[in-house]
Amino acid sequence: MTTVLTTGPGLRGGLGESVRRPDGGPKARGEFAFSSDLEAEDMLWAHLLRSPHPSAAISSLDLSPAFAVPGVAAVLAAGDVPGRQSFGLDYPDQPVFAGKVVRHVGEPIAAVAADHPITARRAAEAIAVTYEVTEPLTDPEAAMEAPPIHERGNVLFHQDIVHGDPGATGEVSVEGSYATAMQDQAFLGPESALAVPAGDGGVDLYLATQWLHVDRDQIAACLGLPLDLVRLHLSGVGGAFGAREDMSMQVQLCLLAMRTGRPVKIVFSREESFLGHVHRHPARMWYRHSADADGNLVKVEAKLILDGGAYLSSSPAVLQNAACFAAGPYRVPNAVVDATAVRTNNPPCGAMRGFGAVQVCFAYETQMDKLAAALRMDPVELRLRNALRTGDTMITGQVLSGAAPVAEVIRAVAAAPLPAEPGPSDAPEIALPGGAGRTAERDRVRRGIGFAVGFKNLMYSAGFDDFTTARCRLEEGRVTITSAAVEVGQGLVTLMQQIARHIFGVADVSLGEATTAGIGSAGSTSASRQTWMTGGAVEAACRAVAERLVSSVAQRLERPLASLRLDGGRVCSDDGAVDLSLVGAASGQVFEETAVYRHPPTEELDEKGQGNAHVSFAFGAHRAVVDVDLDLGLVRVVDVTTAQDVGRALNPLQLIGQIEGGTAQGVGLAVMEEIVLDRGTVRNPSFTDYIIPTALDSPPVTIAGLIEEPEPGAPHGAKGAGEPPAISSTAAVAAAIRDATGLELARVPIRPQDIALALAAFEEDRQ
Amino acid sequence: MTNTTSVPELLSYTLNVNGRDHQVSDAELGENLLFVLRERLGLRGSKNACEQGECGSCSVLVDGRLECSCTMLAAAATGRQIVTVEGLTPSGDGLSEVQEAFVAEGAVQCGFCTPGLIVSVSDLLDRLPLATELEIREAISGNLCRCTGYGRIIAAVQAAQHARSAREALR
Repeated sequence: MTTVLTTGPGLRGGLGESVRRPDGGPKARGEFAFSSDLEAEDMLWAHLLRSPHPSAAISSLDLSPAFAVPGVAAVLAAGDVPGRQSFGLDYPDQPVFAGKVVRHVGEPIAAVAADHPITARRAAEAIAVTYEVTEPLTDPEAAMEAPPIHERGNVLFHQDIVHGDPGATGEVSVEGSYATAMQDQAFLGPESALAVPAGDGGVDLYLATQWLHVDRDQIAACLGLPLDLVRLHLSGVGGAFGAREDMSMQVQLCLLAMRTGRPVKIVFSREESFLGHVHRHPARMWYRHSADADGNLVKVEAKLILDGGAYLSSSPAVLQNAACFAAGPYRVPNAVVDATAVRTNNPPCGAMRGFGAVQVCFAYETQMDKLAAALRMDPVELRLRNALRTGDTMITGQVLSGAAPVAEVIRAVAAAPLPAEPGPSDAPEIALPGGAGRTAERDRVRRGIGFAVGFKNLMYSAGFDDFTTARCRLEEGRVTITSAAVEVGQGLVTLMQQIARHIFGVADVSLGEATTAGIGSAGSTSASRQTWMTGGAVEAACRAVAERLVSSVAQRLERPLASLRLDGGRVCSDDGAVDLSLVGAASGQVFEETAVYRHPPTEELDEKGQGNAHVSFAFGAHRAVVDVDLDLGLVRVVDVTTAQDVGRALNPLQLIGQIEGGTAQGVGLAVMEEIVLDRGTVRNPSFTDYIIPTALDSPPVTIAGLIEEPEPGAPHGAKGAGEPPAISSTAAVAAAIRDATGLELARVPIRPQDIALALAAFEEDRQ
Repeated sequence: MTNTTSVPELLSYTLNVNGRDHQVSDAELGENLLFVLRERLGLRGSKNACEQGECGSCSVLVDGRLECSCTMLAAAATGRQIVTVEGLTPSGDGLSEVQEAFVAEGAVQCGFCTPGLIVSVSDLLDRLPLATELEIREAISGNLCRCTGYGRIIAAVQAAQHARSAREALR
């Protein structure tokens, strides 16, 4: 490895620079092809018929009215699935088509392909289904004891953590019950794909997903086809945030294409998107924190219930995360955590940015504020006193061996200047809580400041064989990197080019197609893992090619290998006698190497929740400043300041993009985002009713610190950065609203009525 | 078997898009402008994300006014001047000032909202070249972005303002 040096002076676009993304131009021109932009000759359009009921038996299903609609080419339902009848990331418990029962609103029952999308929708609506509606099971606490709604029972996963002395007590203790609502990933690009039947009896599927190979494996099982006959090709992904980890229509679409022998396209409406993908688990959480009189944490106890909805999805991993991170980034010598994910007739829940760490952060950070108040201690001081450091033991018994700049992120945020006090008389109306049209009374606006710290694992944990594959090809001085890793918007395409430039010192780096045909799995674009994992594989593949190139020169010129090196895009010798460009060095040869990268192995947790389950962790802190209108309960998030543990900033501009975007999603959960459920029915499946932050709602995000403490073992020392911004931002905003109002506010999102009605009731009591 | 679904009347009409007349033939009456732009005219820069005028991904200019093309019936847009993102994009592979600013400032992540924002911001800077940050935020509050938190988008709009005033100073 010693023969490869790095980017030469003068070459732009290497690591550490804010390099422009290669797909930026096409995206800004409107020419980038998202999965909803695909078309093929003689293409049909698909539509899924979905259950309107959260719980029902299907007593009859008559597809013939759909067949009778002119322009309809195929109608499929349960019974038309040739292979495995169900799918699922962890265990296949989710039917491709509901057969005898439906378990959630939106569950697919039939699929239609027709010559026009309107025809397909009309035909699907014409299908006659007789439902015997049954009482839905929608209370996650009742679910544990209720009669099972699925043959695999209502407890999806349980995880205990018992650490240290469960009987330990502190001098001060605080207790509380907390809840977080169901959040939607609300990516902009709806679920969409194009399936094309192939002459060999297989199918090619062009789609937006987060992990091509795991979709491929599940589709092939349901189609009853060998893996090589199911080829997945990445199309443009309009955001993901976890919602594209599970399949939504892949199998149904492939079945329609194979049945009709024609290409079939599907594009979900926004309503279908809300009903057709998994969401962030709603959580109910009870906590008790105990500390000594100096504020040293003695014990954390927590009971966590996550509502997994109708099917398993990734509930076990989400739940394990919630349990592992239940005590926060603090030294906690004794802990008892009882965590359960349950099955209900609510919409299925699975991955969303932060993956179990978001819910508990809201609870434990609220507890830390309560504890600080009980101790009459500064909340920042309490957090600093207990902050995890490298070498500390976590509640899972794992010793924190990597970088852990917890105190640094806290200090950076705490030291940042506060935004100017509001001048209520001169602030424009639109800058007040409520904005245009619902403007607050200026003298009834109160400012609050809140603070929160959070953390999460990077990459897959608990014994999972997590690997990624990448290929490097050097031909005529041009480098091509190929990987099946999914670009979802985060900028992995830029980073792959940066790594290749860093090694070869050439500007011209192309990217090959992301497909299951011809290269192995890159793992999922989730768990903040691709910078580390695909970054590691690309680095390894490039180095392997570089080594071969230098060896070939050594052989050809009969010089000792040790006297040659690749430096700044040239193969040179120490004595200066050899100085070749990449083209000259290759001398007509093409070099290609494929590398597989694995992170160090992890262990499953034992029955007491102890074990080295995680590879690495990333930490972050947020401080939020809010203005609250006490009468209407409207909140304006004025400013969010953050610091994050990033290992190393490989592309500062893209990193800022992750931090700002993730923070906004956390702000959304704090004050506006909630899938409103009414006995299993989603009441707000639209962007009119499910509100995500607009440019007026999103605060300016000040980055007080990018803490660059290189992570040992991480390629280039960099930690994944996608998730930490979404973890502590929610808790910080909630704390700021508490500071402004004096209310307890134990549930997010904090709705206007949670503030206004509570304050009105408080006033009434006082009178 | 009787067919109970009524077949809607098919329409043919002309749309003027980006200064050019386009013939639309045998279209269903229910097709909105976004669908016709994308699926019949092949102009896929306008994006479909909410179908109810909430997200701005399908923003176009109709007779100079910013509109969501998803909430307008295509057949009702005859006789009007429609400008899409393609009409604001230089030929070749160049970028407009606004597009260049979006790429350079990191305002593009997944990019699904980007074309709609390009239309919306181009319209803003034509109407209000010196918009303040708050005016920018208000002007683009009809364009949802889920990736960026809007920070880099605001920076891009401001960079485009600077580029434009520098260009005009040179005149």
